[in-house]
Amino acid sequence: MIAELGQLTLIIAALLALAQFAFPIYGAWRNNQSFMAMGNSTAYGQFVFVSIALGILTYSFLVQDFSLAYVANNSNSDLPIIYRISAVWGAHEGSLLLWVFIITLWTVAVTVVSSRKTSVLPKAFSARVIAILGLVSFGFLLFVIFTSNPFDRILPAPFDGRDLNPLLQDIGLIIHPPMLYLGYVGFAVAFAFAIAALLGGEINREWVRWARPWTLLAWSFLTFGIALGSWWAYYELGWGGWWFWDPVENASFMPWIVGTALLHAQAVTEKRGSFIGWTLLLSISAFSLSLLGAFLVRSGVITSVHAFASDPTRGVFILMYLGVIVGGSLALYALRVPKMISGSGFTWFSRESLILINNLLLTVALFMVLLGTLYPIIADAFGMGKISVGPPYFGSLFIVIMAPLVMLIPLAAYSRWKQDKAGRVLSKLLVPLFISIAVTAMVAWQNDASNLRTLSGVFAGTWVISGTLRYTIERFRKNNRFTLPRSEFAMVLAHIGVGVFVIGVAMVETTSTEKHLAMGSGDSYTIAEYQFTFKGTEHIDGPNFSAERGTFLVTKNGKLISTMYPEKRQYRNNQIMTEAALDPGFTRDLYVSLGDPLDEARQIWAVRIYEKPFIRWIWLGALMMTFAGLIALSDRRYRRKKTHQNEPSAEPSNNTNPLTNGSMP
Amino acid sequence: MKRWLPLISFAILAILLGFGLKNADTKSLIPSPLIDKPAPDFNLPLVGQPEVFVSKSDLLGTTYLLNVWGSWCAACRVEHPFMNQLSRSGILPVVGLNWKDEPTEAIAWLKQFGDPYSINMSDYSGRTAIDFGVYGAPESFIIDAKGNVRYKHIGVLNQQIFEREIQPLLATIAREVSGQ
Amino acid sequence: MTPTRKKRLTVVLLILLGVSVAAAIAMTALQENLLYFLSPSEVAEQQMPTGRQFRLGGLVKEGSVNRATDSLKIRFRVTDGLKEVEIHYDDILPDLFREGQGIIAIGSLDNNRVFQADEVLAKHDEEYMAPEVADALQKAGHPRASKDSTSVAPSEYKP
Repeated sequence: MIAELGQLTLIIAALLALAQFAFPIYGAWRNNQSFMAMGNSTAYGQFVFVSIALGILTYSFLVQDFSLAYVANNSNSDLPIIYRISAVWGAHEGSLLLWVFIITLWTVAVTVVSSRKTSVLPKAFSARVIAILGLVSFGFLLFVIFTSNPFDRILPAPFDGRDLNPLLQDIGLIIHPPMLYLGYVGFAVAFAFAIAALLGGEINREWVRWARPWTLLAWSFLTFGIALGSWWAYYELGWGGWWFWDPVENASFMPWIVGTALLHAQAVTEKRGSFIGWTLLLSISAFSLSLLGAFLVRSGVITSVHAFASDPTRGVFILMYLGVIVGGSLALYALRVPKMISGSGFTWFSRESLILINNLLLTVALFMVLLGTLYPIIADAFGMGKISVGPPYFGSLFIVIMAPLVMLIPLAAYSRWKQDKAGRVLSKLLVPLFISIAVTAMVAWQNDASNLRTLSGVFAGTWVISGTLRYTIERFRKNNRFTLPRSEFAMVLAHIGVGVFVIGVAMVETTSTEKHLAMGSGDSYTIAEYQFTFKGTEHIDGPNFSAERGTFLVTKNGKLISTMYPEKRQYRNNQIMTEAALDPGFTRDLYVSLGDPLDEARQIWAVRIYEKPFIRWIWLGALMMTFAGLIALSDRRYRRKKTHQNEPSAEPSNNTNPLTNGSMP
Repeated sequence: MKRWLPLISFAILAILLGFGLKNADTKSLIPSPLIDKPAPDFNLPLVGQPEVFVSKSDLLGTTYLLNVWGSWCAACRVEHPFMNQLSRSGILPVVGLNWKDEPTEAIAWLKQFGDPYSINMSDYSGRTAIDFGVYGAPESFIIDAKGNVRYKHIGVLNQQIFEREIQPLLATIAREVSGQ
Repeated sequence: MTPTRKKRLTVVLLILLGVSVAAAIAMTALQENLLYFLSPSEVAEQQMPTGRQFRLGGLVKEGSVNRATDSLKIRFRVTDGLKEVEIHYDDILPDLFREGQGIIAIGSLDNNRVFQADEVLAKHDEEYMAPEVADALQKAGHPRASKDSTSVAPSEYKP
């Protein structure tokens, strides 16, 4: 009975979403205060009803109501309680409900902020924003109700459920989807601001100032979500990779690339008033790419090339939705985008021009990822056979495109708005250049395994870090104290994060030691001065699985430094899982996982042994970018009661640094 | 016209995605090499009657649907009501290929959910399924009176797919027969 | 032409140049990394040149698996019901590798027309995955989730 209630709440929520679109948009058009105000109440109402629906689904998982097809497919009576909760978003229907819930969450946040007395948003503007968010949410609610209802019954009810995919039974997967969706859906807010500005004709730098904190917040969540996913894949998938360039990852990465470009473009628009049309386009694109990602992943279009599962009706629905939302907004953009290039001009070497290069490179990177991801569809459409694009395409191209971007980071931080001299900036960066060369030389000398790729990565990373630090020190000196404005501190932190990330990637990709071999009980093998001794396996039982657990002793120079226990699990639904054992460290991870038993009697197993230097730096860098986004968000100017309308560009250039947040993954 | 460029690119992209969607409909992992070729030979015991064997030649003369299923397969349960309905409709006989399943469990399962199969063979070892190139359960084949495979569907078969893809095929097969 | 227009033109030309260079590089890289997907029958028909990498999909033939116990070397045959291809592999097999199981192997043919696999991915499950289950593995939310089941791409294949 309660499931039917869930269905009902979804329908009510959809009606409220429709009202949330219709009333305020009409109110803003007619300048009718009471209609505009209805946006707020309907937004709150929608949030409440979607929360109830999510609550009911969670409850159905907790009480194991296997008469719900969704619960039966993704839970099992042996499933530990924590995973019953995460199973709520463990598959398509529930994750879509979570998606809708997060839209309503963002909407409520926007509503609360914009209806504060201190809010600077014009009433009509915020009414339009809320209306657009209502429309976005309405489409998704229809999608849930008509094609992906998590409350569908399966009759007769099975005795027990199929269990949640063991890969999803993990702490990383409890938080990863909500974070990622907060990011994806968060771009809907920037999108709604852009559409509201286009609709109202208020296309000036003010709307960017209002939209920017929301973009920052969404970008931070997305960065964190992607990093979390990467970390999870690394320890849970059993073969130690951290990024695979598969379509599903690309689906999350494309909005990130555009989001990053958007943050930088917003900085220019906010400070200088230039790039307004471009910023509008990026705002629309970031969210559109989130939707495109949802389409690619949920319609079966991409996986159809190699897999069976697909549901064309879902695909048709999302494609129509894309057509309405994206097509509509791009048409609006074409009609309304200001004809005149506004803002002040700038010369070929200035902060504007460097950010322009940043945006160009990011755009090229986006098209490259998009092309590689969609190529199988293109090939299929033109009858070129079943084709897939190998990861090396992405890997090598991405480095080529991102290398100049990374090298320009310290220059951009130093350069002045409007015009500057390359010589002035470069002269300040001589010391960092020297440091980078020294560090690279040291790595080359210390590490025999290092090659040109490692060294260029280390050089680029050190260059970014030391260049950014040099800048920070100079700012400290000038201000005579060890603080920076938050937005500037955020920029510094994010850019250092990029440097840390680059070093991590360069080290992991080129100097990892990986060995796959057959080991019997008692065998030893040495990689990178670590000796691994296999002590055989034993049988253990978990709540919903049984496993063979291997024991490995790791010694370095004869001293025991770690005992590692990789497992090969068989879950009760017959799925087999490889649980890798990790010995994490700041400068290296040790990684052991069991392949399959080659000879059970003699306890000979296929074994993977990896030593991965600096892999933690990849996620550390991403975390720094995440925090940078949050710090920028707390900058004073977003909390100021009334922003004065006078020229921010009047401030001396070196004092107003844009949040040129992270520029590379 | 620069301002219309984004919309135009999106339109092209959308058309492409539409194409992709259309192709996504053809679900088979590998287009079955068996289509329009003779079905592999088989000689299998019936579920519940291990002493009775049925071979491919026994089934010549009728067009039938071969449904690969197992009691361990949840998707088969989703599909099952349609199989029952199809069997009741009498459009064509439904022949079961019980794949890698314990006969006792298979029988219990059919008791619970209904038995649509005119003939239900047990492929305990899974060899026949391999000959048919079965990738997963459920999977369905249309085999004509001459013993040729005419169609293969991977995954849950339903009314929609049946009407859209199988019924026209059955009409074609009927025309071929009358034409001769 | 005024100096500003001249400058603007230069910038536009530079951007155009950069974009076309990038596009050229991208297309080349793409061509080099395209992997065709063939079934054993197609391998038999099309004379795939030796050494050219492609993906081969089929079922592991029952009784064909022959593996060493003291190394990772393994030989087996994949079939699509009509034709078979011999595969040699020297690495860790996916968890779900079994006789009768559907697999995808990435590699190339050698001079003896034996497929030397660099990577083997196994189908996730014997059961056809209901779309919702497959989605669990690949929904937008889980970049890696797909990875899980799919490995390098295909949604139901796991290394």
